[in-house]
Amino acid sequence: MATNAFDFESKPDISWCPGCGDFAIRRSLLAALQELGIPRGKLVMVSGIGQAAKMPQYVNSSFFNGLHGRALPAATAIKAVAPDLTVVAEGGDGDMYGEGGNHFLHAARRNPDIALFVHENMVYGLTKGQAAPTSRVGMRTPVQVFGVTSEPLNPMALAIAMNVGFVARAFSGDIEGTTRIMKRAILHRGFALVDIFQPCVSFNKQNTLQWFKENTYPLEEGYKADDRAAAFARALEEKPFPLGVLYESAERQPFEELLPAYREDKRPLRERAHDMAALRAAVMAKA
Amino acid sequence: MAELSIVLSGEAGQGIQSIESMLTALAKRARFHVFATKEYMSRVRGGCNSTEIRISRQRVTARVARIDLLIPLTKEAIAHLGDRIEDSTLVIGEKAIVGYDRMIDLPFSAIAAEVGGAVYANTVAVGAICALLKIEAGECERGVRAFFERKGAEVQEANAEAFRRGYARGLALGPGLAAAIEPDPAVAGEIMLTGADAVALGALAGGCDYVCAYPMSPGTTVLTAMAEYSKSFDVIVEQVEDEIGVANMAIGAWYAGARALVTTSGGGFALMSEAVSLAGAIETPFVAHLAQRPGPATGLPTRTEQGDLDLAIYAGHGDFLKIVLAPGDLEEGFSLARAAFELADRFQSPVFILTDQYFVDSYYTTPAFELPLAPPTRQVVETAPGYRRYALGSSDGISPRGIPGLGEGIVCVDSDEHDQGGYITEDRAMREAMVAKRLAKIAAARKAAIPPKLFGDPRYKTLLVGWGSVKAPVLEAMAALARPGLAYLHFPWVHPMPRGVREYLEAATTCVAIEGNATGQFADLVELETGRRFDSRILKCDGYQYTVEELTERISALL
Ligand SMILES: Cc1ncc(C[n+]2csc(CCOP(=O)(O)OP(=O)(O)O)c2C)c(N)n1
Ligand SMILES: [Mg+2]
Repeated sequence: MATNAFDFESKPDISWCPGCGDFAIRRSLLAALQELGIPRGKLVMVSGIGQAAKMPQYVNSSFFNGLHGRALPAATAIKAVAPDLTVVAEGGDGDMYGEGGNHFLHAARRNPDIALFVHENMVYGLTKGQAAPTSRVGMRTPVQVFGVTSEPLNPMALAIAMNVGFVARAFSGDIEGTTRIMKRAILHRGFALVDIFQPCVSFNKQNTLQWFKENTYPLEEGYKADDRAAAFARALEEKPFPLGVLYESAERQPFEELLPAYREDKRPLRERAHDMAALRAAVMAKA
Repeated sequence: MAELSIVLSGEAGQGIQSIESMLTALAKRARFHVFATKEYMSRVRGGCNSTEIRISRQRVTARVARIDLLIPLTKEAIAHLGDRIEDSTLVIGEKAIVGYDRMIDLPFSAIAAEVGGAVYANTVAVGAICALLKIEAGECERGVRAFFERKGAEVQEANAEAFRRGYARGLALGPGLAAAIEPDPAVAGEIMLTGADAVALGALAGGCDYVCAYPMSPGTTVLTAMAEYSKSFDVIVEQVEDEIGVANMAIGAWYAGARALVTTSGGGFALMSEAVSLAGAIETPFVAHLAQRPGPATGLPTRTEQGDLDLAIYAGHGDFLKIVLAPGDLEEGFSLARAAFELADRFQSPVFILTDQYFVDSYYTTPAFELPLAPPTRQVVETAPGYRRYALGSSDGISPRGIPGLGEGIVCVDSDEHDQGGYITEDRAMREAMVAKRLAKIAAARKAAIPPKLFGDPRYKTLLVGWGSVKAPVLEAMAALARPGLAYLHFPWVHPMPRGVREYLEAATTCVAIEGNATGQFADLVELETGRRFDSRILKCDGYQYTVEELTERISALL
């Protein structure tokens, strides 16, 4: 019998490499879901394509594992159509910041009540080691044979600039810390980004578990996450990168709460139908 | 006289539209059949655009080349309309501005100034036209007041005065246009709306409750219509960052239990094709309204063509069912849009409604649409523990569709090849079973296809074949030709090809395809299906819909 409601009775055939940080992130995720007591039938995991994006396959709940880069539009719609569901979107740094970069920006603008967990391994794992948008300058890969020259994307600074209401960085090496942050992200009303540093044991020989340990530090006790400018300054820090909730604000209202369809009626769309008399009137309004 | 063709022409933003909407409203009120269509340049101001209005004793649903009455608002309008202006065309307007020798001078702005300002010029023009149409003045004036009802008493009064003055000047022009057109009392209960409105109302009747889109002419027309309806119906309307996001959002919405619609044009639809494939793979319904405009690429953004049929039927990689519907008139616009949602839900597959700029922008009087008593029911099941989304075993490939949050089961969908539960698999037997499941839906949909409809002589020798918006001009051309042995086979459902098409073609000695594109994309499909080659193809790719005269001539040249 699985001890976690979101785990399986029999062990799933997980396609991650032995030693991959994804396993630790899965442990954090299952713990967070269990500890929050989310009813199993009320969770939808949404993802794109990549090693990280396979996560929904290994969580015993409903899931929508769609196209590479396209998790966020689908997740936004699922939450908008059924606000009674808990929606978690998850994927890799290539998936969410590369192929899905435009959707990331606009999800930040819309602010749906979705928790987004991005596995930042600074590489494309599933496609065997090309540069990700987060790869550090100089990193050599079978494609970037002379080394990466583009500036790495800074998801923390970007999210804070976009006024995302929950912006955090976690590290797969700290399972409890990641669990705590994930729980807060899921509870946050609105779009919540947790970027999770994660070693890729097969394709990133540069940003190893040791490298992440040496190049991160936890935010100090008493750090105030409600100061956006201060948070932005922290977001610009590199080597070491701060770990923890950089920014948190309840100021913005979630996308679906602002939809006129829910102004008076809170039921999900699946429980509604159009009024045929109103429709008849709409047709006859053309007379 | 049975009917009148009126053309208004001038710059964008000059007021053609206000004259048009007031005039068509008054004509409908006076129980004339009305048809209106516009052609316009891809610019917000300036250029030269035109609107054609037919006012008739009988139903009129197509454009004609003939102009009985022309109201030019600029000099350029005369050159723009070229040889459509004939000796018989009555040209009325401000000679000082238009400077056309043959025109009758009617200084709309000067008359408007007497009333209180240039803003009334359009109403003056409408007054003059109504006089020429011999519509009773008092009734028209009430119509003008109704038209400005929401603008307050002062505006109503000034416009009524402008109308009266225009009407008096129109009367003073003498007989002008021969006889009065007889009204048709049946028009009283009819509706008058654009193709875009018909599609939007059909979508609502189909239970559409989620609309997302990225603006692109002419697809935006339906987005705007649905946004307006979101004020009175529970419809979520969202403008998305790009068409890739649009399509993925719509599929997510369907997955969670909504009935979503996307609306776009060829370029936007091209961006959606990977998502179309996703809908095929995860067997989630998807409905797209694709309003065609001429391509390739940006093409002619505000003009019309039927050039995206191949794009639609070949959209998305891999083998899976797509259903393509193509309304030929307003009633079909409504009923096919409605059917699209039922079909998408039933076959858990993408359905495309193919219209075009001409179709969405044109409007006319038509009998009110018939509505069902009850709203459609979502074709979803309450899931039990152990539910498997892709359960195998049905002969039509359809497995009961659960949605998250309804029932105790979980609903797992994956764009990777999956097993019955939705989990990724590379098992060869499972792969083949899932392919077979998806293919079975193609066969099932073909059986459910709306058959083509035959018009004209059932013992035809010459069979015209077409789809979508060419229907109306073809039917009117056929009526004008009045030849025995001539029939038209219209396809409202174009893909997958309905069965029994070969029999229709084999009964003819001559088969002629008629389409609004450069190559005959549908004709190719029919030939592929039936093995029967078309003897001729009537094609058009100048960005305009056929006029009745043009088609009459091209068909008669083949008889
Ligand atoms: C449209 C499209 N382009 C490319 C791919 C190939 N592809 C799959 S995953 C991936 C990148 C994976 O990197 P990331 O998102 O960082 O995930 P990781 O494997 O590192 O966890 C790519 C390029 C695809 N599936 N779809
Ligand atoms: Mg990665």
